[in-house]
Amino acid sequence: MRAMVYRGPYKVRVDEKDIPPIEHPNDAIIRVTLAAICGSDLHLYHGMMPDTRVGMTFGHEFIGVVEEVGSSVQNLKRGDRVMVPFNIYCGSCYFCARGLYSNCHNVNPNATAVGGIYGYSHTCGGYDGGQSEYVRVPFADVGPALIPEWMDDEDALLCTDALATGYFGAQLGDIHEGDTVAVFGAGPVGLFAAKSAWLMGAGRVLVIDHLDYRLEKARTFAHAETFNFAEYDDIVREMKKTTDYLGADAVIDAVGAEADGNLTQHLTSAKFKLQGGSPVALNWAIDSVRKGGTVSVMGAYGPLFSAVKFGDAMNKGLTLHMNQCPVKRQWPRLFEHIQNGYLKPSDIVTHRIPLEHIAEGYHIFSAKLDNCIKPVIVPSQSA
Amino acid sequence: MPYTAEQPKRRESNDDLRARIPGWGADLDPKNRPAVPRERFDPAATGAHWDFPDRQPEKWPRERSVEHKMLTPVFGTTVPPRGVSGVLRKYAYREYSEGQAAHWLILLAADRVDAVESHLLSFASLRPDNPITETGVLSELTRHGYSSRVGRNRADVKHQWMDPILVAGPWVLAAGLLYTTVRALARRR
Repeated sequence: MRAMVYRGPYKVRVDEKDIPPIEHPNDAIIRVTLAAICGSDLHLYHGMMPDTRVGMTFGHEFIGVVEEVGSSVQNLKRGDRVMVPFNIYCGSCYFCARGLYSNCHNVNPNATAVGGIYGYSHTCGGYDGGQSEYVRVPFADVGPALIPEWMDDEDALLCTDALATGYFGAQLGDIHEGDTVAVFGAGPVGLFAAKSAWLMGAGRVLVIDHLDYRLEKARTFAHAETFNFAEYDDIVREMKKTTDYLGADAVIDAVGAEADGNLTQHLTSAKFKLQGGSPVALNWAIDSVRKGGTVSVMGAYGPLFSAVKFGDAMNKGLTLHMNQCPVKRQWPRLFEHIQNGYLKPSDIVTHRIPLEHIAEGYHIFSAKLDNCIKPVIVPSQSA
Repeated sequence: MPYTAEQPKRRESNDDLRARIPGWGADLDPKNRPAVPRERFDPAATGAHWDFPDRQPEKWPRERSVEHKMLTPVFGTTVPPRGVSGVLRKYAYREYSEGQAAHWLILLAADRVDAVESHLLSFASLRPDNPITETGVLSELTRHGYSSRVGRNRADVKHQWMDPILVAGPWVLAAGLLYTTVRALARRR
């Protein structure tokens, strides 16, 4: 089969690989029909995530058709059209039993601090991902779900991570009626978080980024007020000014490890890997939220330490909420919102790239060329 | 103003927001929010029909965190450890918990060693690494590389110039080293 393969920082290509076999009775093999590149894939691509091995296939956002199932699979059969949450989880451990699907303890031998994620380094379990023609899906009776008949493929694809994560991020903001919500980052997750904040009853939604084309999308897609932090000496001061010096009630960090805005932080993390991530957006979130407010962290960070302004968080009495999104928990309600027309996830897709051109796809997304917001990968057999 | 007790005045009423924003307030009630409460004990909801999953066969001694009591029943099998990078990775997993920086720093170092090993191995294969095609850099010419950056007031332009140096630098250094070595050997003869 054809599959994206990591060749070292900033380098990927498409190689021939064996079609993955069933390795466990509850495995399924899925023929991928659509995949996506996620912003967090760029942390792998840039060599920031420890134990990212040359030869791995990335991709934790994908949908497809069931090709083969293991002997104990009851809920899926060959030919089913399925969407697969980015979390790999067993459904029966201490954490899964409590709904913390992203924190499963039975799928990742390499680390206890994170669950299993498709194509996201050995730190997240050493599973190949879905930027390929076929992918092994463990616990087929637990994670994947049939794509509803009425849902189109790109909407389903975005439900596997970006939309669910943004929606989850807004929920972790503990938003009350009329709250002012600030979202750092106007990438896919930030756009969905901003859009979701309105569903929770926000009174104002502010989106901050440095890319004008993404801020334009935040205005038109997410109905948000926007701020380009590169135009201000100090974005925190601007946040205080626009909230009459109170601060936002809730702030969402939808940027994560490669945040721009402070060259030292960026260099020590993204370029020289001396931090788990550049916490510029997180620090701005801590400083921009009001005392007693809530910071929701959806941006992904590596496991190494980061220079976070914890003193400010403590002194302001903040509540910090964070987690990888337990995707499948979000789906029933998200499906209602999509059916009601409140959310149209595929509106953010800007690029559809054949798998054979994956290297260009990564470069375009990483370098933010061509007004790229969300690139979708089309395997050759689906093109 | 935070200097007095009143709630700040709303800019828009609920009715105005409802008219302007599709679905405004649909999840105002936390009962409609699927992530609330954060923990909800309901093992029957997951689809699992086991108390503990069957164990996947372990085909080689699978590296694992020392913070795990045992090998997890299911695990990824892509790219087993190999070469010098594999030795480093196994050492990091065996000797250090996730709580120690050494664990992660050794794994990061192993990643860099892995990249060098893999590049060198690729030259002995029918498909050597090609930094031009594998970086996708040619899309700079076809996807508006110049106009996407210039005049856009982008914060990342301040450091993007380093990327080619970080990617090509080791190749240039290696080529320089090879050239110097070959020249020195030729002179000795």
